[in-house]
Amino acid sequence: MRVRRAGASAVLLECAGGDEVEAWRREIVRRRAAGELHVIDIVPGAGTLLLDGVEPDLAEALAHWPPPPVTAQRPGPLVEIPTVFDGDDLHYVAELWGLSVSAAVARLTETTLTVAFCGFSPGFAYMRGLSGEVPRLDAPRPRVPAGSVALAGEYCGIYPTASPGGWRLVGRTEVTLFDVRDDPPARLSPGTRVRLVIA
Amino acid sequence: MITVVRAGPLTTIQDQGRSGYAHLGVPRSGALDAAALRRANSLVGNPPEAAGLETTLLGCALRFDEPAVVAVTGAHAVIKLDGLSVPAGVIEVGAGSVLDVGKATRGVRSYVALAGGLNVEPVLGSRSTDTLSGLGPPKLANGTILALSPHHSPFPSPPAAPSLPAHSPPPADGENGLLADEVVLGVWLGPRDDWFLASELFENAYQVSPMSNRVGCRLTGAPVTRVREGELPSEGVVLGAIQVPADGQPLVFLADHPTTGGYPVIGVVDDVTALAQARPGSTVRFRELR
Repeated sequence: MRVRRAGASAVLLECAGGDEVEAWRREIVRRRAAGELHVIDIVPGAGTLLLDGVEPDLAEALAHWPPPPVTAQRPGPLVEIPTVFDGDDLHYVAELWGLSVSAAVARLTETTLTVAFCGFSPGFAYMRGLSGEVPRLDAPRPRVPAGSVALAGEYCGIYPTASPGGWRLVGRTEVTLFDVRDDPPARLSPGTRVRLVIA
Repeated sequence: MITVVRAGPLTTIQDQGRSGYAHLGVPRSGALDAAALRRANSLVGNPPEAAGLETTLLGCALRFDEPAVVAVTGAHAVIKLDGLSVPAGVIEVGAGSVLDVGKATRGVRSYVALAGGLNVEPVLGSRSTDTLSGLGPPKLANGTILALSPHHSPFPSPPAAPSLPAHSPPPADGENGLLADEVVLGVWLGPRDDWFLASELFENAYQVSPMSNRVGCRLTGAPVTRVREGELPSEGVVLGAIQVPADGQPLVFLADHPTTGGYPVIGVVDDVTALAQARPGSTVRFRELR
């Protein structure tokens, strides 16, 4: 892990991969809960962890902290997402994987996904766990309906609200992913494990 | 009750924003010139976190059905009460009067604080309108009704105007150089300065693009040379981050910025307040902080 500065009050922890990001995220959350550091936002990315709203001397302190173990972690909470697999790109994805449509759906439902990070819009979770890369559409669709379950790159994501989008659609869910009246407002947050189940 | 009689192109309700939710993809939002909103709140005796109005370039006009004490800070603009010019700062508005915050003559954004604060339901701890995600109240439209907080008193105690602490900047906000035609911004290099010939950032002068908004201030000028190929996987970004996409034209993230981004960040502007008030076409230079 390498510490990079991101302005006067933030540091970026550059990690070796998603597992190390998640290990550091948990370690920082634990240390914050124990009162060992002050940080306002703990924001994972694909290969980094941003700590925003920290004291200027944190970068030095971090260098002396033992790296958290990447393996043998207690798994995060598990959320099941009932999904109807009828997306417009399901046949494309099955063909890309060299599978029948039913075998592709089986791969999607048998994989335990983990939320790596959020972004794009409130409640949009980038979930990893699927193997292989799925190319985006060359031109994004002008409107992807809320609840669309979609793939792009190494990630699976679910659109919390209708928006333009270039991800490959494999299914849809009725689950509300973001509601400001809930605490926390997002159903899926970093570290959450997710299973897509047939609705 | 207050009726918006002229909303202007983008007038929104803003407070100090909703930090702490970036890991869920929720932008911070909040007043772009947070210091100006705090000054306006202080002038009317509100706590710093109270919500006020943020106008954009052309101001706004409000009709009051009840007496109120308001303060206007931020951009220089002609302020009229029932058609007559009044000085910026604390303004006592009578029932039935119309307050008109005119076109910004220097700067971009005026802030209007109302004694007692606006009665708006907070969303995730903030009353700010987030133009990126749509969280918070909608932008003001002609005819929008605003309510003062139910417990407000039109004459706050202690009296607003004389209660200003002596060290507060004068209401004429431009005196401190914030509203100049050329701004120089202090920048901490990183986290991705090694993707660029970073010294070029400090040698070039940039112009503020009219495409700028609450999400980011777009700059045009000599492109910053990239020395690395490839794409950066998405990572968290901070307020003031200078993102440089493939065309080499920097974009400085302001309050409604996305929480993660895929373009490398060459450096971080230490204080974006001057950019909140930088008019399209004004010149921006960067100075390295160490």
